[in-house]
Amino acid sequence: MAVAFDEMFGPDGALRPAYKELALWLKETPPDALEYRRKEAELLFRRIGITFAVYGDAEAQERLIPFDVVPRIISAKEWTLLEKGLKQRVKALNLFLRDIYHGRDILRANIIPDDLIFQNPVFRPEMNGQDVPHDIYVHIAGVDIVRDDAEQFYVLEDNARTPSGVSYMLENREIMMRLFPDLFARHRVAPVENYPDVLLAALRSVAPDTAAGEPSVALLTPGIYNSAYYEHSFLADKLGIELVEGRDLVVKNEEVFMRTTEGLKRVDVMYRRLDDDFLDPLTFRPDSLLGVPGLMSAYMAGNITLANAVGTGISDDKAVYSYMPEIVRFYLSEEPILKNVPTWRCREPKDLTYVLEHLHELVVKEVHGSGGYGMLIGPASTKDMIAAFRDKLKAHPEGFIAQPTLALSTCPIATEKGLAPRHVDLRPFVLTGREHTTIVPGGLTRVALKEGSLVVNSSQGGGTKDTWVLDG
Amino acid sequence: MLSRTAENLYWLARYVERAEYLARTIEATLRATSLPSTYVGKNEWESALLTAGIGDSFYQHYEVADEPAVVEYLAFSPANPSSIRNCIEAARLNSRSVRTALTTEMWDTINGAWIELQQTWSGLIKNREELMGFLRFVQETSLRFDGSAYRTMLRNDAYWFSRLGLHLERADNTARILDVKYHMLLPEAEHVGGPLDYYQWTSILRSVSALTAYHWVYRETLKPWLIADLLILNNSLPRSLASCYENLVRNLDQIGVAYGRQGPAQRHARGIRNRLEHSHMDDIFQRGLHEFIEEFIGDNNRLGEIIGKQYLI
Repeated sequence: MAVAFDEMFGPDGALRPAYKELALWLKETPPDALEYRRKEAELLFRRIGITFAVYGDAEAQERLIPFDVVPRIISAKEWTLLEKGLKQRVKALNLFLRDIYHGRDILRANIIPDDLIFQNPVFRPEMNGQDVPHDIYVHIAGVDIVRDDAEQFYVLEDNARTPSGVSYMLENREIMMRLFPDLFARHRVAPVENYPDVLLAALRSVAPDTAAGEPSVALLTPGIYNSAYYEHSFLADKLGIELVEGRDLVVKNEEVFMRTTEGLKRVDVMYRRLDDDFLDPLTFRPDSLLGVPGLMSAYMAGNITLANAVGTGISDDKAVYSYMPEIVRFYLSEEPILKNVPTWRCREPKDLTYVLEHLHELVVKEVHGSGGYGMLIGPASTKDMIAAFRDKLKAHPEGFIAQPTLALSTCPIATEKGLAPRHVDLRPFVLTGREHTTIVPGGLTRVALKEGSLVVNSSQGGGTKDTWVLDG
Repeated sequence: MLSRTAENLYWLARYVERAEYLARTIEATLRATSLPSTYVGKNEWESALLTAGIGDSFYQHYEVADEPAVVEYLAFSPANPSSIRNCIEAARLNSRSVRTALTTEMWDTINGAWIELQQTWSGLIKNREELMGFLRFVQETSLRFDGSAYRTMLRNDAYWFSRLGLHLERADNTARILDVKYHMLLPEAEHVGGPLDYYQWTSILRSVSALTAYHWVYRETLKPWLIADLLILNNSLPRSLASCYENLVRNLDQIGVAYGRQGPAQRHARGIRNRLEHSHMDDIFQRGLHEFIEEFIGDNNRLGEIIGKQYLI
């Protein structure tokens, strides 16, 4: 694997301009001061209760995501490019979804094979011909971005269902500002704290016409055992909206109500953090206790807006992902600003043959997987692991895609032995309302804490960093 | 507010209050059993179990109600759904569900207590000294929680529902002590009260933190009927039944005003309050202290059910 691009020191070891002040400051600051602040940060996180759950890990039901105190810095120029690329991408996603559930021009143009859509379990036939307010399907996208040099940004995943992590973007910033006020004073860091306001405005702007007066917005959570529950309660609090569970809701005459101490109260817009499958046991999984019986009927009647819309999974599916450059060109007649990582579709025999021959150098992912579960990282796997994976892949090739092992860029983290480079990715959050699409300047930087590791998922031992976008 | 949020707040307050009451009961029993045996009742630990209302379930797990067994069951046992440990865990679980309705200070208290429970109190308690440390920790948690709620919460339905839980639980706890110990409080003419009774009485007062209060209110040596009067009818004592019902009525009224509507909960609570207000200890003794207490416990439980039906479901 090639030597990774380091965002602080660049390919030739020369300090990149955005990091100039930080480097100076680090030189002035004794290393144990960093360690002391790191401990302080951890204490703060624990007190606030920012935790996440790891599925299948009974020992540590609630864990902290490790936090690294060295900020990741993105220059204004880089951000401008990224912002443009993200807006373009999300615009294309929305147009694609509208088309797939209506005219299907893109299928008739033979750009995407029919069966990839219709045989796909995340395609929702219920949404055929169903209009959603202002044709917005993806109100909140958490697009994963990686880079391998100073010029290019790649989209790794589009995450158009119920992306999480934004609470870390906000809390990481709060804690950094508390711990390092001097460092902030030496930079012009664009603020992120208006995210909840922007989100609330976006949600209200897509309320159904039947909403009376000020639309009532609620956040639907699967409950306290969900790994992202902290985030759900955090956001509901910041937005000033009710945090509801399925059992708090009831559907009457195709309208959705919450049970309150004063009786039933109608909900107009639901920011739902519950997957399609669990939303309504009458329409989807009948065994789901998390959803609301009849919710889909209210949705179909246009009496409630769900954000994100039902059926967005078909746009961020890893197999559909590989067509994103074509999708952007088809709907916008523009060249994609953000690149796709080259992807082999194992459903195609030619690609499958290649992948099977090159397993040791590829990353193979489940089409419907997420959170870093069930993937194979060829270069980091043993012979036995590869052999076992080969059988899985052969049995269900359509369930997998493969990508080259990218030399993800690195950023320095504070370790006991001083600064050391670690691989990072970035998840900015793209908000789309009736009027416009907004990206709060920043995002969640996830960092692999183990030396050489490429896996940044929190469930697999990754950590986070504050992400600074410099303001000019 | 969401019914579930109100329910969580209500139960959160109940769990914290119950944990404190259990800690107080254990402390009072420890104290009583530290005295030479002539001053100690035969079944102090058994009676601690009874005042906690869990005599039956205890004997499914243990043979004998001695100190180690009762302390373990009341304070730490995962098998006892209302052990102190389980109360704190349940309080934390409820807090997590209603994070947005709690102030930072309240969350801090519960979350901090939960963390301390895992870190400091997860092992075996080796001796009484350590146990006292634990009981202090529980009582301080409750004080901090109650104080944070009082000082930081908005005065709206969230606050009122949380107060309802607190006072309903508190009334239940005080009534249970009376239910178990009522026979020691009967004013029998020939009953002068030997040293044994005297220490039993102090023990009762201690478990509702009212020993000093007694002396201030009555300026007398301990008389059983005055103790009963203090715990039942004296509304200046925060843990008395009368005081609990004054608070329940007030908080229910505030909810009624805010929602523009009264209901069965308001009526039922007012009924109980009026009865307490117009009762005299003599009448109560005449009609039977035990019957009075049993009826009260039933009425109090019924109020819990009515509040549940009217607001929480």
